[in-house]
Amino acid sequence: MKDYNIFDIIGPVMIGPSSSHTAGACRIGYTAQNIIKLPVSEVTFTLYGSFAKTYKGHGTDIALLGGFMGLRPDDERLVDAFKIADTRGLIYQFITSDEDTAHPNTVKITAKTNRLETWEIVGISIGGGKMIICSINGIDVQYTGDYNTLVTHHKDSSGMLSKITTTLSEHRINIAFMKLYREEKGKKAIGIIETDETIEPIVLQELLSIDGMLYVNLIEKIYD
Amino acid sequence: MRFTSAVDILEYCKEHQLPLHELSLASEIEKTGRSYGYIRDYLKNVLKVMQNAVQAGINDEENLIKGKIIGNDSVLLKKRLDHSRTVCGETITKAVAYALSTMEVNASMGKVVASPTAGSCGVLPAVLMTTKERFDLSEEKLLEGLLAANLVGTIVARNATIAGAEGGCQAEVGTASAMASGAVVHMMGGTPEQVFNAAAMCFKNLLGLVCDPIAGLVESPCAKRNGMGAANALLCAEMSLAGIKSVIPFDEVVEAMYRIGKALPPSLRETSLGGLATTKTGIQINTELFGQK
Repeated sequence: MKDYNIFDIIGPVMIGPSSSHTAGACRIGYTAQNIIKLPVSEVTFTLYGSFAKTYKGHGTDIALLGGFMGLRPDDERLVDAFKIADTRGLIYQFITSDEDTAHPNTVKITAKTNRLETWEIVGISIGGGKMIICSINGIDVQYTGDYNTLVTHHKDSSGMLSKITTTLSEHRINIAFMKLYREEKGKKAIGIIETDETIEPIVLQELLSIDGMLYVNLIEKIYD
Repeated sequence: MRFTSAVDILEYCKEHQLPLHELSLASEIEKTGRSYGYIRDYLKNVLKVMQNAVQAGINDEENLIKGKIIGNDSVLLKKRLDHSRTVCGETITKAVAYALSTMEVNASMGKVVASPTAGSCGVLPAVLMTTKERFDLSEEKLLEGLLAANLVGTIVARNATIAGAEGGCQAEVGTASAMASGAVVHMMGGTPEQVFNAAAMCFKNLLGLVCDPIAGLVESPCAKRNGMGAANALLCAEMSLAGIKSVIPFDEVVEAMYRIGKALPPSLRETSLGGLATTKTGIQINTELFGQK
């Protein structure tokens, strides 16, 4: 049984009209750009299920794009998302798919950064403005945005994890949840580490200096 | 302090001689780890957003604030309130106009507070702002009302559902109406028992209400149902303050609401496959907006 708090019951403060199709979509876009961090030159949103059928009526497209440009679900500039994207020179498109997905409100975000890297992030909107990112570049994840979260890309080798947790504990950062994913044994692994505390830039620098660490990114908590 | 039922809350209030809003605040501080100041600031912003939304629609003479189906209804009602002898009197008529206004803002991609959901975002602001104006209530009082409403909503979300897809409109507008009614009773100095009696009566009046949005949009019949939810909240608050009790206690009403929600066929739970959505006109509107299915 889920425990609700005041930010769920008297909130979120949001741009209408739908918490799942507008606010939740915005949060998926917002989280995706927060994961990618680099400036993006091109983005494609593939919509599935109910998203594909009703996106126009609920402004799901506007919300996804706005969120992807860093606007939060309560930002009144959301309605101008198309205009803002054009001004920024961001190329965007929306595609609908009738492919079956596990969740009715699913979107796949395919983005090309200005360094020509391609990212593929899949998110689902689960109601009440909440969302889950369920895949990053083909690796299955379960990321909710409820906590300050570290995303690490590191070499899949022994001792990596203990180095990461040692660094965090030295800074008195408590780990709420931690998951590890890997593409293949001995190659690249992705860590998703959700924490209770705020993470200062110095921590990121220290993590990045760990031998075998390829990439560290902080996704700040986006709820309430 | 995590309360699981109204009975739980009422016992705690009695034992510790705490007003509902203080109990609500203390519980939220514990649950969220947020400070007293943070939660108060958050709720102050909530009130600001609500205040803007109840005014934006009714003052929208040029009809710019509208959705794909609705718009301008709040202006019509406000005009009637200003220029005619209304059937319902000022309080009810104004509350309904405010609810319509907020729903029009929501439909136009304006800013609202999902309380508890976007589809029911018109009820609580309408009732709070109408009562504020009628009794010249302070911001402090309104914050107390929001905190009391939060307790009502939290119990429903925990023990039943606040999602139309799960429980129909009774879960959305029903909950909003119960929350708003509880808030009014609390702000008017009613007892915690009276708060939950009002909330229980609100639900009882709306049990069975289905979710059948035309063209899948959060517009029609949602907006007017929000108006009805606001009027219902005020009436039940009045009854409770008069000493009228709900025959069935709040927790049992919530349980009934949940059972009824689950018994509703999926076609009447936010799928637009039944009810008003599949009337001749409903289908026609859908086709005009989105083409043939």
